[in-house]
Amino acid sequence: MSRQTLLTQQHALQCLGTALGFVLLRSIATTHRLPPQADEASLYVHWPYCLKRCSYCNFNKYIPRNQNHAVMTACLQRETQTLLQLSQVSRISSVFFGGGTPSLAQPSTIAAVLETVSKHAHLSDEAEVTLEVNPTPAGKASLKDFTLAGVNRFSVGIQSLNDDHLRTLGRDHDSQHALWTVSEARTLCPGRVSVDVMFALPGQSVKSWESELEKLLPVCDDHVSLYQLTLERGTQLFKQVDSGELSVPGDDVTAVMYNSARGVLEKAGFRQYEVSNFAKNNAVSEHNIGYWKGRQYIGVGPGAHGRFVLRAVGGVQREARTQTLEPDVWIREVQRHGHGTRRRIQLDHHGLLEEVLVMGLRMNEGITQQHWKLFSPEDDLQQIFGMSEKVQEFQAGGLLKLNNRGLRCSWEGLALLDSILPTMLLELEMFFKKDCTQGNA
Amino acid sequence: SKCWAGRGWHNHTKENAWVQGLFQDLISKENLDMSKFPVERIRNFSIVAHIDHGKSTLADRLLEITGAIAKTASNKQVLDKLQVERERGITVKAQTASLFYQHDGQTYLLNLIDTPGHVDFSYEVSRSISACQGVLLIVDANQGIQAQTVANFYLAFEAQLTIIPVINKIDLKNADPERVEKQIEKVFDIPKEECIRISAKLGTNVDQVLQEVVKRIPPPTARVDDLFKALVFDSTFDHYRGVVANIALFGGRVSRGDKIVSAHLGKSYEVNELGLLRPDEHPTETLYAGQVGYVIAGMKEVKEAQIGDTLYLHKQPVEALPGFKPAKSMVFAGMYPMDQSEYTALRSAVEKLMLNDSSVTVQKDSSLALGAGWRLGFLGLLHMEVFNQRLEQEYNASVIVTAPTVPYKAVLASAKLIKEHGEEVITIINPAQFPDKSQVVKYLEPMVMGTIIAPDDFTGKIMTLCQSRRAVQKNMFYIDEHRVMIKYIFPLNEIVVDFYDQLKSMSSGYASFDYEDAGYEAADLIKMDFLLNGRPVEELATIVHKDKAYSAGKAICERLKESIPRQMFEIAVQAAIGSKIIARETIKAYRKNVLAKCYGGDVTRKMKLLKKQAEGKKKLRRIGNIDVPKDAFINVLKRK
Repeated sequence: MSRQTLLTQQHALQCLGTALGFVLLRSIATTHRLPPQADEASLYVHWPYCLKRCSYCNFNKYIPRNQNHAVMTACLQRETQTLLQLSQVSRISSVFFGGGTPSLAQPSTIAAVLETVSKHAHLSDEAEVTLEVNPTPAGKASLKDFTLAGVNRFSVGIQSLNDDHLRTLGRDHDSQHALWTVSEARTLCPGRVSVDVMFALPGQSVKSWESELEKLLPVCDDHVSLYQLTLERGTQLFKQVDSGELSVPGDDVTAVMYNSARGVLEKAGFRQYEVSNFAKNNAVSEHNIGYWKGRQYIGVGPGAHGRFVLRAVGGVQREARTQTLEPDVWIREVQRHGHGTRRRIQLDHHGLLEEVLVMGLRMNEGITQQHWKLFSPEDDLQQIFGMSEKVQEFQAGGLLKLNNRGLRCSWEGLALLDSILPTMLLELEMFFKKDCTQGNA
Repeated sequence: SKCWAGRGWHNHTKENAWVQGLFQDLISKENLDMSKFPVERIRNFSIVAHIDHGKSTLADRLLEITGAIAKTASNKQVLDKLQVERERGITVKAQTASLFYQHDGQTYLLNLIDTPGHVDFSYEVSRSISACQGVLLIVDANQGIQAQTVANFYLAFEAQLTIIPVINKIDLKNADPERVEKQIEKVFDIPKEECIRISAKLGTNVDQVLQEVVKRIPPPTARVDDLFKALVFDSTFDHYRGVVANIALFGGRVSRGDKIVSAHLGKSYEVNELGLLRPDEHPTETLYAGQVGYVIAGMKEVKEAQIGDTLYLHKQPVEALPGFKPAKSMVFAGMYPMDQSEYTALRSAVEKLMLNDSSVTVQKDSSLALGAGWRLGFLGLLHMEVFNQRLEQEYNASVIVTAPTVPYKAVLASAKLIKEHGEEVITIINPAQFPDKSQVVKYLEPMVMGTIIAPDDFTGKIMTLCQSRRAVQKNMFYIDEHRVMIKYIFPLNEIVVDFYDQLKSMSSGYASFDYEDAGYEAADLIKMDFLLNGRPVEELATIVHKDKAYSAGKAICERLKESIPRQMFEIAVQAAIGSKIIARETIKAYRKNVLAKCYGGDVTRKMKLLKKQAEGKKKLRRIGNIDVPKDAFINVLKRK
């Protein structure tokens, strides 16, 4: 038995998604073309813990009673190593520590993970290493140590500069803490600090939102992420709105809020490069652009997602992988098997193109011909979408642009993307169906 | 939802081995000689009842007592074969069973002809009644007389049949047979002494019912010495054997091998098989005057066994029986495949269904927005729903049904137009073809006489409802201290969609309703068009009374606004009469529809959601550039 087959079998047995291992084996036999850029990936590391629960958040996070940093560090390192080896990438292009509240992790943990990365792949000194930061006094105090550990970009979750709103959201900071933290982060990483702000908050008006933005502009750095509050089922805020205790602005108001924010930010020199991301001086997030450009990424930590080819076991298709959610279970699995992958789904050619389409159209520049060609060497954008009546309608309505450069949304179209995408997916599906029947005929 | 009918039992095919009564065994062994049953010992009768008054349960008991089916716990109205019949609790086809009953030392042949109960299917009831000399009129001891009871009574009364009132469910806690007897006396003028109190469920007094059938119902007047003459009162289609015709012999005899002729077509056939229905087919050599049974004679198409046709022996012609008026379509609707690629499959499904439902009329139709399809005619709305449900359930077809319309008439104004159409009065079954006022002398709309029976607490509400439907009250009558029967003349189009639903809900389910044809009346009708972004949508056009044009236009625009999802552009929904816009609603465009964030961990969830939305889009029909859900066409006519 060759070493290669042995590895394959071992992995198939280890994999908790049982039968999927066999799917993998089968796919080896049927396709041969490797998805592009399989030699490199970005790395996402999930820190699942928070000090307290925010009223709007249903994300994968845990309020630990006592935390064993050493065990967590060891497991993150172990899983990083396993997944890097499985992917056999030679280069990690960027690292992002998200959460939860990763600024609650010890700087030594961050350093240890980065060290592991460097041991198994090339991680350039210039590579973007981002850490999400909660703007609490404690978070602010450790920023310097994080930079020493290797972090060179901060994403600060200030959410709002209005203390009433911060209380409603259940945040553990106030606007003053936010300003201090941003200022400290800017000192440490000038030009590489992002702030998250939220709109459509309970009780917020268009006017109060605009004045909040005006207050933010002078203090923020070169990057802003803009999120609309979404009410998730099961959260405290959902219940409060559902019961009528709080009320959030309606669709028409949030539309005005979004568009006015885009206007205000653009006037201040921020270029919108994605649905919810704005940058000055081209200070875009390389890591996030990787997601929208359909590049490989490896997800490490409880509940993290990844998308990469398992080259070590002869994989030829990209896999969508999800790690086990609960930190304690994840820890046990990593200790036992080297990784805590809970779910693996093969992305076939069509599935990958769907993601490239959906993610790519979120960017201001859309999907360039070259970008699409990388994933679809045979069928270009014009062939797939050029003849579609519905795409032509989108173009005539000034929402979509399809030309020699590629496919992208207009300014108006970007705000309506979720209404455009189902149609685009259907067009893609129809093209493949037609292609398939013609191929058989 | 709209079920007035009761479940029925069915003709069984060979697989039902359990339907083997002792008597049947005996009879098959002695090779049934039907000549032993002269007309004096034959009784032909039907059971008629309002829905759920216990018709099918009584039929089960009668079959058990006479040994036609074995007495088992499972004889609980379980014989409905179609999914739609089980789900809706209705019988669509009439059924027949011959029972052997011992009375005063003699064996009698009792032919029970079961009927569907729903008003839509009353043509089936009247057909069955024409083969009978008497009916059992079942009334629930708790609910008392209901609208369908009245309708059934009059059908039997007008046919001059003997009516035996049977008060069922006397075992119920709230049973009040005395009150029901008083109602029967008052409404039908039948002495209360003639009522039989039974519990079909427990079998109480069921034997008395059979005794009274023998005693009170006269034998048929047919004579075996006359020439063979039989009425075709029903037919079914079997893919292997062709048409199976149910016949009642009004004279003479018929045997296997005889050559018979259809009076309607003049075609002759050889009898391959004939016999009794018990309710399984039970072949015999000969059937005699007064008897009821089935005949298979090489008829290949349902059309060859026209219901109401007369059969006679070759070279021995007889005067044809009066027959029946053909079933009249009261409701028409367009039917289109969800996707044009499904046209052929849908056509084949429609054809198959029509084989056993000759009352559906069909003609090809096509529409700009919906492509090629058909315009189908039904006996009523329930009939239409049953048909659609069967298409979806039995043939897995996905169809768009347009708003139902009733058959309007127009008297044409000029000789030229009359020549063009070949007749002076034209019937319009598609609103798109409604002629302009300038071309007609007058429009006529179909009317019905509606009967409502309800507790008198609801009288005020019911009158308000009826007035809003342009109904004219004809009379009002207390059937007992608390229950009132009201008769109204309604324009048919006012009750066709949701009248019964509204009546039921406003009376907490206590009101019952039935209607019968009441001819045509002149009416001020206009065609109303509906426009989506300025484009008229032919399939939404509807005929309304002039006085109701504004309110109907506004209501339908509002309903379209609710049915059509928001899209990326504004949609103007307008109602128009000619070139005049009389109502407008606006479906506002989405101004923003995008999920705030989408990073690596959000991709899977986001893709799942988008693909679900993409699938949902397939269920929308595009009209112009507007996505319209398929049920929008029928929803527009429903009132809140």
